[in-house]
Amino acid sequence: MTFSAADLFLVLPELLVVTAACIVFVLDPVLRTSDKDGLVWLSLGTLAVCMGLTASQIQAPATIFSGLVVIDAYGAFWKLLLYFVTGLTILLSHSYLKEEQLYFGEYYGFVLLSLSGMMVMVSSADLLTLYLGTELMSLSLYVMAGLKRSEPRSLEASAKYFVLGAFSSGILLYGISLLYGATGSTRLPEIAAAISGRNLDDPLLLFATILLTVGFGFKLAVVPFHMWTPDVYQGAPTSVTAFMAVASKAASFGAFLRVFMEGLGGLKANWSAMFLLLCLATLILGNVLALVQTNVKRMLAYSSIAHAGYALIGVVATGHMENSSGIASVLLYLTLYAFMTFGAFAIVAMLRKGGIEGVDIEDFTGLAKRHPVAALLMLIFMVSLAGIPPTAGFIGKLYVFMSAVEAGLPWLAAVALIFAVISAYYYLRLVMVMYMREPSDLSSTSPRMVMSPALSIVLACAVAGVVIFGIYPNPLVNFAMQAVSALK
Amino acid sequence: MTGFPWLTLLVVLPLAGAIAVFAVQERSIKVTALAVAVADLLISLPLWWLFDASSGEMQFMESARWIPSLSINYRLGLDGISLPLVLMTTVLMPLCILISWHSIEIRMRSFMAMLLIMESAMIGVFTALDFVLFYVFWEAMLIPMYLLIGIWGGPNRLYAAIKFLLYTLAGSVLLLVAILVLYFQGGHTFDIVQLSQGTYSNSLQFWLFLAFFAAFAVKVPMFPFHTWLPDAHVEAPTAGSVILASVLLKMGTYGFLRFSLPMLPDASQAFTPAMVTLSIVAIIYGAYMALAQSDLKKLIAYSSVSHMGFVTLGLFMFNIQGIEGAVMQMVNHGITTGGLFLCVGMIYERTHSRQIADNTGLTKPMPRYATFLVIFSLSSLGLPGTNSFVGEFMVLAGAFLWSKIATAFALLGIILAAAYLLWMVQRVAFGVPDPHMLPKLRDVNLREMITVVPLVVLIFLIGLFPNPILTRMHPSVEKVIARAFPAATEQTSTMRQADPLSPTVKQITSPTGPAFGQGAQVSPEGQPQ
Repeated sequence: MTFSAADLFLVLPELLVVTAACIVFVLDPVLRTSDKDGLVWLSLGTLAVCMGLTASQIQAPATIFSGLVVIDAYGAFWKLLLYFVTGLTILLSHSYLKEEQLYFGEYYGFVLLSLSGMMVMVSSADLLTLYLGTELMSLSLYVMAGLKRSEPRSLEASAKYFVLGAFSSGILLYGISLLYGATGSTRLPEIAAAISGRNLDDPLLLFATILLTVGFGFKLAVVPFHMWTPDVYQGAPTSVTAFMAVASKAASFGAFLRVFMEGLGGLKANWSAMFLLLCLATLILGNVLALVQTNVKRMLAYSSIAHAGYALIGVVATGHMENSSGIASVLLYLTLYAFMTFGAFAIVAMLRKGGIEGVDIEDFTGLAKRHPVAALLMLIFMVSLAGIPPTAGFIGKLYVFMSAVEAGLPWLAAVALIFAVISAYYYLRLVMVMYMREPSDLSSTSPRMVMSPALSIVLACAVAGVVIFGIYPNPLVNFAMQAVSALK
Repeated sequence: MTGFPWLTLLVVLPLAGAIAVFAVQERSIKVTALAVAVADLLISLPLWWLFDASSGEMQFMESARWIPSLSINYRLGLDGISLPLVLMTTVLMPLCILISWHSIEIRMRSFMAMLLIMESAMIGVFTALDFVLFYVFWEAMLIPMYLLIGIWGGPNRLYAAIKFLLYTLAGSVLLLVAILVLYFQGGHTFDIVQLSQGTYSNSLQFWLFLAFFAAFAVKVPMFPFHTWLPDAHVEAPTAGSVILASVLLKMGTYGFLRFSLPMLPDASQAFTPAMVTLSIVAIIYGAYMALAQSDLKKLIAYSSVSHMGFVTLGLFMFNIQGIEGAVMQMVNHGITTGGLFLCVGMIYERTHSRQIADNTGLTKPMPRYATFLVIFSLSSLGLPGTNSFVGEFMVLAGAFLWSKIATAFALLGIILAAAYLLWMVQRVAFGVPDPHMLPKLRDVNLREMITVVPLVVLIFLIGLFPNPILTRMHPSVEKVIARAFPAATEQTSTMRQADPLSPTVKQITSPTGPAFGQGAQVSPEGQPQ
């Protein structure tokens, strides 16, 4: 394999992120605790530079490293979202780690390494490159999930995540090898050429598709491959949970859509039927199980499962139509989902009850009295997650359902909307607890928010996204459409 | 499209006011909110005179690109049907703020903000000409109302609030699917005016009608979807009850009139027998339930179910009397029931009880209050000279053209209304006062007078001179009828229809007759010359 310096320049964002991660790892042991804020600034600065570089690549598509990596608007869309979410994660972690007294400088290194894996995932044109990106992302996340070493739940989350993650990676790899056997290549364009005109009657192709679906199903936390999600989301430090729920899901969707559209696009009528089943199961189970949760992090975990179900509607719709507005709706949905979910997790992370993290729904009792602003923000995030206008969540749902109706599946939109009503119950239960219930004993049980400038920035960004894109989503819709048109 | 953006101003001003309420000092919250609501009223009043009564088209149109990539636009407009409803909303809002002056004890800031956000959304619903914009306004008021009931409501407020929210949300989600289906069937547009001119296949109309029905029937609420209403009314604070009864319920009937009838004329006619049956059941059932109530708010809540039955009955008559009567009744019910809820709120402020048994014999200690209560009750039961008489008479006249039996049943509702209202008045106004309550029974003060007097004036103004409203809505209603059944326009636009069972009318309403499926065609007898 040969490559030129120009290729290296095009992957400069990836290189920068990895370099920054290495610098963090090296500097961390030598810096005094009081100086470790510098690592935060370093990470944020890197992200800002990458953002500029990636934005400049939107208009200049290129395939580099002999077709292993592709630079296009589609990848840029996801990368920009990932930079943004990573930036928010670093800011949130800065406050959160201090509050939890977890002084690990290498934390930021792992965040950046994970990000670099995600960037590789969304821009890989080859299944093996994609696999490497997935592993890089996942391995970093396994470590981050177990960061609260004194907390058994955190260790359990890490172990569980690792075992199931490794298992799913194995399945993914198996799918890749079968697909290689069926088509003779791991490059997406060559796979697409090899399967044109064939359908899933070919057993090898059928098994490859199923295994890829299962492998990605784990990463996307789609029912029935969601089992790890609630435990991991609950046990992991909340800042890591937020990162997993948003960034890891977005990157997995980005890679998954590229593989299934660019590589297996010829089979879309076949695989969309499979995703229809997954989508329905995810919507139903995610929403129904969220109803009975008493722990906010678990509730948000099931809610994030359910939201993957809504995003899958766009994927299902794509199989039934010629244009790719279904995929664009998925991109839009996940972007908007990122704002509201991250905001909700940020509030959960900084809610304290008697020194420890308040994670039960009951812990939110009377928050509106103590912290009207925090309660109002949580209200906005919950309303948006429930998909009630004029918030971003509504726009996301509107576009997804529009593509479902366009694809001739109005019944699917109707079913999904009925489950959206069910979801309103559990989202608004939190609102009810915050606003309508008085704490039984004011002195000891009142929740407390730990505010800090960094957290204020995080919350301001999240709520601005929810409100602004709820009212004026047009630029984002256009960008999503542009990104999708770059998919071959 | 050009000209002064009246409607945007109407919608945006309360929203800006809601933000302003958070910015002002503690003691000027109420004044600010009131000033904003009054300003909105003052802005809306000129529309009454600027409105061109000879035209049935949308007026004061505003249009701007909103989300062009999904062909969603910001379009507002007003016709003869929405004009009275918008004005009713702007008239009621200052009164709602005034009645909450002392009765709200916690979080006044948020309360006033919620009321103002509601006002924006309600005016938005009545003026939106883009279906997605309509849906945004329609849903945007759910959360403020949920909070109004849930935070400032009575003892059982949590249950009532979530019940209200889930019922209305469940109804409206199918509306969203229907809107999207219409978009792809009606030429890739969300423009309400344009969609109202399209023709859709019978089976599509059938499903869309059911989806619309789910949203609007819950909001009206029609029997058997009314069970959220008594709970919500009883638990909501007075201002919340007034908004619920006077404006929110009208959104449901407005939806039927604006969307179901013109867009789905064939299905609307096919469903007429079912709609009429449900309406009559609601009229009689609501009235009987009202008879049995000992709680004043519950009594009025069930009377609303009954009265809204008249509105839906009138809408599905497909003649000018029925529909104009229905629109009249929408406005009248807003004024009268709003007034009744204000009265209940005043007495609750004094005695902290809404039970009829606790509030008896008020005439002596509170003569002015008793006067208002009697006036609103008489208006509610449709005494000639008051507003409701006009509306109910027109609805019944319209119903008479359709079916004498249905009219007879509906009349039963009027008799029952007289029974439960007069019985209530008899006990509350003329019973024996409870000596323990007497010291609390101060008569209506100036602020409270200001809140009810405008409604009393409107009751008699509309009751004696209904023509200004009727002339303004006439062209718009005619347009709806012409669209829903072209042949019927000639026949029913005047009262010259001598024989109500003439073949044409039968044909209009026969569910299985040839009319169904030929909505766009013209029947031979009714062909316009």
